[in-house]
Amino acid sequence: MQLELSAEDAAFREEMRTFFTTEFPQGIRDAVLEGRHLSREQIVESQQVLNRAGLAVPHWPEEWGGRGWSDLQRHLWHEEMQRAGVPTPLAFNASMIGPVIAQFGSQEQKERFLPATANLDIWWSQGFSEPDAGSDLASLRTTAVRDGDDWVVNGQKTWTTLGQYGDWIFTLVRTDPEVKKQAGISMLLIDMTLPGVEVRPIELIDGGHEVNEVWFTDVRVPGDLLVGDLNGGWTIAKFLLGNERVGVAPVGATKRALATLKDNAGDRLDDPYVRARIVEIENELLALELTALRVVAHSAGGEPHPASSVLKLKGTELQQAVSELAVDLAGPASIASGADDDSPLAGWARRSAPTYLNLRKASIYGGSNEIQRQIIARTILGL
Amino acid sequence: MDFTYDDEQQALRDAVRGLLDKQYGDYEVRRRTTAADPGFDEDLWGRLAEMGVLGLPFAESDGGVGAGPVEIGIVCRELGRVLAPEPYLTGVVLAGGLVSAAGTPEQRAEVLGAVAAGERVLAVAHDETDGPRWATDAPGTTATQAGDGWTLTGTKDPVLHGARADQVVVTATLPEGGTGLFLVDPAAAGDTLDRTGYPTYDGGRAARIVLDATPAVLLGDTATDRSATLATMLDLTRVMAANQALGVMQAQLAATTSYLTSRKQFGVTLNTFQALTFRAADMYVSLELTHSVVDWATMVIATGDRDRLTEAAARCALQTSRASRHIGQETIQLHGGIAMTAEYSVGTATAHLTVLDHLFGDGDHHLGTLAAGVTDHDTLEALG
Repeated sequence: MQLELSAEDAAFREEMRTFFTTEFPQGIRDAVLEGRHLSREQIVESQQVLNRAGLAVPHWPEEWGGRGWSDLQRHLWHEEMQRAGVPTPLAFNASMIGPVIAQFGSQEQKERFLPATANLDIWWSQGFSEPDAGSDLASLRTTAVRDGDDWVVNGQKTWTTLGQYGDWIFTLVRTDPEVKKQAGISMLLIDMTLPGVEVRPIELIDGGHEVNEVWFTDVRVPGDLLVGDLNGGWTIAKFLLGNERVGVAPVGATKRALATLKDNAGDRLDDPYVRARIVEIENELLALELTALRVVAHSAGGEPHPASSVLKLKGTELQQAVSELAVDLAGPASIASGADDDSPLAGWARRSAPTYLNLRKASIYGGSNEIQRQIIARTILGL
Repeated sequence: MDFTYDDEQQALRDAVRGLLDKQYGDYEVRRRTTAADPGFDEDLWGRLAEMGVLGLPFAESDGGVGAGPVEIGIVCRELGRVLAPEPYLTGVVLAGGLVSAAGTPEQRAEVLGAVAAGERVLAVAHDETDGPRWATDAPGTTATQAGDGWTLTGTKDPVLHGARADQVVVTATLPEGGTGLFLVDPAAAGDTLDRTGYPTYDGGRAARIVLDATPAVLLGDTATDRSATLATMLDLTRVMAANQALGVMQAQLAATTSYLTSRKQFGVTLNTFQALTFRAADMYVSLELTHSVVDWATMVIATGDRDRLTEAAARCALQTSRASRHIGQETIQLHGGIAMTAEYSVGTATAHLTVLDHLFGDGDHHLGTLAAGVTDHDTLEALG
């Protein structure tokens, strides 16, 4: 047992910290640190800066831009980005479809998509959930029917985050309705500019437009855009949702948000009850960060550490707890969400309630926290 | 950075676990042992001495093994796992630690050698009837210089294993103010010391010790304020108490999952009911988070940075307190009525967690300490 980072890892962390704090566009960092929304252009620029420095997709195979880092180094990279207010690479590209194509795709698919995916020249959207297939994803009903060399897709996807920016969408579609539901699913890549693809916004409780419905009406998709085996989509989906050990919990970003909140809180910090709430959250964040470190330090090449399942559960709860504290500290100012920037009320306070409401999503997406409990109970505790 | 045991540490764990499982693997043996004074097994204590466990924390020059906090933590976890009632935490870790930190070389060799050999049981008499909770002063006990020696007057209660102890480390207020540390030999004190032993609700033992001009030996050469030494040793012991609590909680979760998969109601095993399995999953979350913090705080001790230890001990104690209550209460609830009975281990395990929680400061106590420093840092850095 040893607390300190090795000299090599300490130097690695310093290198990351230096890059993120001195070579990354300050304007984007400021926006992130102040909790403002980023434009599509800012997100693309951000990823391209990282990609030029070889820091966008370090976990991919080295042939496609990966760096061959240890899980601990990836963890440090991820934490330092969040600490500096650097937007983490777009998850749909960097964490989801990129690793899937690298693992399951044809050589042609890899060459066509991976460089553009790493550089965010293609913005990917995720087409998994449907109105009747949420946590029970395998019940999805969007169909793809073979017609000559093409697939003809019909159906509806929902909760497509930032789908309004999407160039392409990776979808799970039903290619065999006759078999057990998990066995008849395939993964298909769909160009969102094709005829028959329609993106409709869903307005959320925070007043924002973040997610969409995506409708497919007789969309003809070329046959070479099926990833992996026909009817092998469920295996890919499990790989995509389950292979992540690093960055499962947004530790650095939540720490940053809490530190910013303390800065903004002013004399509200004189209230012992407020201080006590902060200590409770900070202490749980410490426990979460240490657990993340335990997980990454143990998982070199092998099976994920069982404790990784607690990261998503606790990580989202703490993310939500900080946002809730922000609303409480803002007080009446939190109500002024619709005031313009001429308002004398502080921006963080005006944004606090929409952020709090928005983050209720965190314990629902990516396998709801109830799904996480189910995984813990079944696969770890054997219940 | 490494959260794993090396080969020697694993061997130590296996050896201690083997010995303790043989002794207390059957809970009935623990129950029988705690039913009669002194409340622990003297033979087992001797075997722990033979194994080198009782001398782990002390320097080799003092008759110890010179092991680090990770090794001591391993022992505490294993003791917790089987609810061993032996006086390791207060008798070896805290009392021995105080002698080690404050004693002269002669005192250290004389006392710690005997402790390591299992020949002498120590206790710490610090808490007082009307004294402050979890402080480092001893306002109700006064030390008076008498010729070359000292006498102490005051009442200490509760003193864990105070009735059995061969020698007691006592805190007392010095004539010039500040907290001094003294050694008292009850057997030699005659009428000047009165001690009344009693059982605690977890099967442990404690005592009230009334000192009335009791002869005492000052620990160390000079009568200086030792509250900083006491604070550091209390911090170290807090982390070791957390290690012990972690062992208890690991055993409790294992007992709970085992019970849920075997106990039948409505014709099916209890793990059929999601209302129960989800609660067990939440216990696992608490346990793993606590495991991480306890490992971390144990490693912070090894850095030798006193200020960092103070904060780490408070954070570790806060996390452990919250988890102990959560897991202790849920273990009883998920077992149902059986856990309320004294013949079944899990209820006693919750009782023991409650004792550990209140020995050196509960969660709210440490929350209060940490709240004072909330603006001293921007973000909290686990790796420093």
